[in-house]
Amino acid sequence: METGSDILLDVRDLTVALPQGAERPNAVENVNLRIARDEILCVVGESGSGKSMTAHAVMGLLPGPHVRVTGGEIAYRGRDILTMGGAEQRGLRGDRIAMIFQEPMTALNPLMRVGDQIEESLKAHSSMEQSYASKAARRARVVELLTDVGLPDPESLRRSYPFRLSGGQRQRVMIAMALALEPDILIADEPTTALDVTTQKQILGLIRTIQAERRMGVMFITHDFGVVAEIATNVAVMQHGRCVEAGPAAQVLNQPRHPYTRQLIAAVPHYIEHRGDFLKRGDALLTAEKVRKVFHLGGGLFRKGRELVAGDDISLTIHPGETLGVVGESGSGKSTLGRCIVGLNKTDGGRILFQGQDLAALSRNQFRPVRKDIQMIFQDPYASLNPRHKVADIIAQGPVAFGESRSKATARARELLRLVGLPESAADRYPHEFSGGQRQRISIARALALEPKLIIADEPVSALDVSVQRQVLDLLEDIRHRFGLAMLFITHDLRVAAQVCDTIAVMQRGKVVEMNTAREVFQNPQHAYTRTLLDAIPGKGWEIPEELRTGTAGLAGRGAVA
Amino acid sequence: MAAIASFLGRRLIKSVFILFAIVVINFMLVRAAPGDPAMVMAGEAGAADQQYVEQLREQFGLNRPIHEQLGIYLADVATGDLGYSYRQQRPVWDLIGERLPPTLVLTGFAFVLALTAGVLLGTLAAMRAGTWSDSAITVLALLSYATPIYWVGLMLILLFSVQLGWLPAFGYETVGGGYEGWDRVTDIGAHLILPVVTLGLFYMAVYARLTRASILEVRDMDFVKTARAKGLTEARIVFRHVLRNAILPVITFAGIQAGHLIGGSILIETVFAWPGIGRLAFDAVLQRDYQVLLGIFFVTSVMVIVFNIVTDLVYSLVDPRIEVA
Amino acid sequence: MSRDFWKAFARNRGAVVGLAILALVVLAAVFANLIYPQSPWDMAAMPFQPPLSDDALLGSDTLGRDIAAGIVHGARVSLLIGLSSTAVALLIGVTLGAIAGYHGGVVDDAIMRFTELFQTIPNFVLAVVLVAIFTPSIANITIAIAVVSWPPLARLARGEFMALRSREFVQAAITTGQGTGTIILRQILPNSLSPIIVSASLTVATAILLESSLSFLGLGDPNVMSWGYMIGAARTVIRQAWWMSFFPGIAILLTVLALNLVGEGLNDALNPKLARKGRA
Repeated sequence: METGSDILLDVRDLTVALPQGAERPNAVENVNLRIARDEILCVVGESGSGKSMTAHAVMGLLPGPHVRVTGGEIAYRGRDILTMGGAEQRGLRGDRIAMIFQEPMTALNPLMRVGDQIEESLKAHSSMEQSYASKAARRARVVELLTDVGLPDPESLRRSYPFRLSGGQRQRVMIAMALALEPDILIADEPTTALDVTTQKQILGLIRTIQAERRMGVMFITHDFGVVAEIATNVAVMQHGRCVEAGPAAQVLNQPRHPYTRQLIAAVPHYIEHRGDFLKRGDALLTAEKVRKVFHLGGGLFRKGRELVAGDDISLTIHPGETLGVVGESGSGKSTLGRCIVGLNKTDGGRILFQGQDLAALSRNQFRPVRKDIQMIFQDPYASLNPRHKVADIIAQGPVAFGESRSKATARARELLRLVGLPESAADRYPHEFSGGQRQRISIARALALEPKLIIADEPVSALDVSVQRQVLDLLEDIRHRFGLAMLFITHDLRVAAQVCDTIAVMQRGKVVEMNTAREVFQNPQHAYTRTLLDAIPGKGWEIPEELRTGTAGLAGRGAVA
Repeated sequence: MAAIASFLGRRLIKSVFILFAIVVINFMLVRAAPGDPAMVMAGEAGAADQQYVEQLREQFGLNRPIHEQLGIYLADVATGDLGYSYRQQRPVWDLIGERLPPTLVLTGFAFVLALTAGVLLGTLAAMRAGTWSDSAITVLALLSYATPIYWVGLMLILLFSVQLGWLPAFGYETVGGGYEGWDRVTDIGAHLILPVVTLGLFYMAVYARLTRASILEVRDMDFVKTARAKGLTEARIVFRHVLRNAILPVITFAGIQAGHLIGGSILIETVFAWPGIGRLAFDAVLQRDYQVLLGIFFVTSVMVIVFNIVTDLVYSLVDPRIEVA
Repeated sequence: MSRDFWKAFARNRGAVVGLAILALVVLAAVFANLIYPQSPWDMAAMPFQPPLSDDALLGSDTLGRDIAAGIVHGARVSLLIGLSSTAVALLIGVTLGAIAGYHGGVVDDAIMRFTELFQTIPNFVLAVVLVAIFTPSIANITIAIAVVSWPPLARLARGEFMALRSREFVQAAITTGQGTGTIILRQILPNSLSPIIVSASLTVATAILLESSLSFLGLGDPNVMSWGYMIGAARTVIRQAWWMSFFPGIAILLTVLALNLVGEGLNDALNPKLARKGRA
């Protein structure tokens, strides 16, 4: 092995230009990064910070002729990659420098067996690696790699097509592919963002292990400081294409200097210990009893499709003014429950009692009067507003449907816009003129327009950047106190739930496995699955610096508009 | 393997239903044809006395309830009886059966030409998107899209046959040429070129456009980035990763377009005096020989169904995900 | 909105050219009786006059009819049948597609099987059979073309409705208590309109081609002059008189090409995101 300098990758003054007419001239501007052997460098930033572009520049994967490196150098072991010829660059890719991506579901070729896709990598570089010149040697290596990344039964798995594998398994295959030729550098572009927390924990563990075993340098791109705390040796924080702060992990995490780093860390959702317990008063507003929902997939007139049990015996209660967090991983049935309560899905069993009335038994027409009382906030701020309607109309449509006069409803819409922190002039504009966070505010205003008693919020902040996430959470907290609203807050993120919920229901495979006050769930989890989830929270060992912790949600950031 | 079998099995069952529906439509069209069928038949046979008409009614069950008539019709079709052409004094099936091979040759060659040339040109255009050759291919495709194929046929005859005298314009082979063996094959081949090119040209344009669009879409997909990150050569990325995925919509579309291809052959055969069922259809139209026309309608529908089964088979071999489709 | 639309449309040079050609064809159709007051069926010159003759600009046909007059008058039937059959096809296709896409489930399955049946049947053969059996007239030809043209529109409308129906803004409209009618008309239809408009412009082009093919085979309305009929009549004399089939063919080519170009321009202007992707 090398004895001299162990700097594997040295990015100096890197500038990547964006095409003309983009919102800023450069995607990346004068960025300096260094990755040494045995080190994991986390590059942290929100969307549009240029972190991913930096990684793509290193790999020579910048999209098209318009986005290109215009300055600086990227030195691999002292040699500038940017001045290398095409063939030489290609020789490095997948051999000395490998990369894994965010979306395991789309990163593999759907028409090729996974073993062949790994083998392809070996074959592509076989002129340099004589050991993989024979088919048998390559095949043995594929099996070895699949074993290394912890996949079961590698001998038969290598012959599977990607669609048979789960997201976590596919990401393992991607990692196996990246490791095929024992690279010096692994670039991981948000490799766990699309995965459930428990899977994320496993993949993070895997990356850490293989990095240590193989003494690689890793460039790990993420938006999540929890993940940083979990995995980083060094950290670089990026904002608007510039690197604003860099240093050893302990220093950046515990004594952040740059205001932007401090703001990001302060926005990391976390459990607030001294939050008062919610006092249940009066009758339950909503009670779900043994709700069951089965989806039929792929069936037709003459063919019976598969059955998917999304909800199986879901029971919970919400009291007036209470925020109940429903937490679970994908496929746990949490969204299905929300959709059943607002009447978007029909239940297949059980009862949903709202103020004593069973919603599950109501027909479409009978349900209509109830809609006024139960409103929903959706996940995707880009899909939840009709692009062809003005904001005022979007908010006023509900009240108008319930017989309010148009002028009154529009006037009220303007009031609501102010309430959610947007200027009244927003009323006359179209949704595409707003950012994700602002759109989510519009969605909230729409939900409030009918003066509901209960709001179902389905992952309302998971499509947003952390700093914006924080502002929207604060807004939700604020309005629920102001209007005495009850809220069913659906989320996959326990940290987010911890921040806004009084009570938490943990769901797994269509069942509520545990339901208790947020404090009890966090400090004294009863069910094994709850403990697994808590244990999987990234960065749980890291304490957010005292001065950046907020006592109660709702104080920080109020007034600032996303 | 079991997955492919069950997929194809489902498609076969569906084809049977479609076939049944087509027979029913055909039956309804027979009823809808102008005039009393017995009278028409008698007229076509050249005899119109009342007794003969009654006899025909009896013979074809035209005096029975409609559902019984449908039953009789279904049984007839199932045994290959597509009716009788009184104009030509021959069973419809004999007429069609005799004309089927030339049509199959024509459409088969045209399809293969259209698909290979179309996919090739589409790939070329996509790889050079935005350059001179891409524009040329795009313009060519646009023009072929907009030109009536029978007119293209006439213009090609004008150029290659009338002006240049390179290729024969009409018929299946040289009448009275007396060619044998290999000579006969080349003679037929020479007669084939113009009709095949004419028919193929339009579909070539269709497939080229589709392939180009499909490749441009697949090229931006994540797994192509993965392939690039592996350090594969550009050629391997295109052939192993992009093209295989991009071809799927082309296969689907080829299946949907099969009916159009056969419809197009009616026009081409008319222009080139090609002795296939298209030409037969044209003559039937001129003579208002509805029995033959409906027989052709049925047979071409069956051809499309068979073609669709073949494309399903090809699809199932390319795409492993069919079982969840 | 409309200003942006024109800007995006005009950026596609082909589309502007297409629109210009189309305008000429429309003018020819509207003012046919002013340009050539005589009936196109009347003998206007000696038979077999080549183009640029004194009495026939584009030549005359086997019966001495003026080719140019035939082309100008033929524009009428092409546009009329192209537009009316597309209107009928839209009515059938969009209605069925919208119902299938909005309701899903068994309704969708039944409608889609029906659509598939019509897609399997060779469409031109069916059109020939229908026109032959029901006798050629403008109304029958229009209906026959509509009957074979609706399935792609139904599939498109279904896809759009299905995708939009599960979009969150439509779900939000349901949860805010809006009625089914309002949701279809105010929320879904406006958002699905642009691909349907683009597709309709291409359907007009295909319908014109179909009409010309039918009249080429002698299945046109015998009372009106049409381009396909002119080519069909001149087919047998192609060796002696190329112009008789050449010019009507050019007329069809230009009209259909213009419609295709306009369709692409509409696509660029109405679906900016998709267009950019296709071009890249």
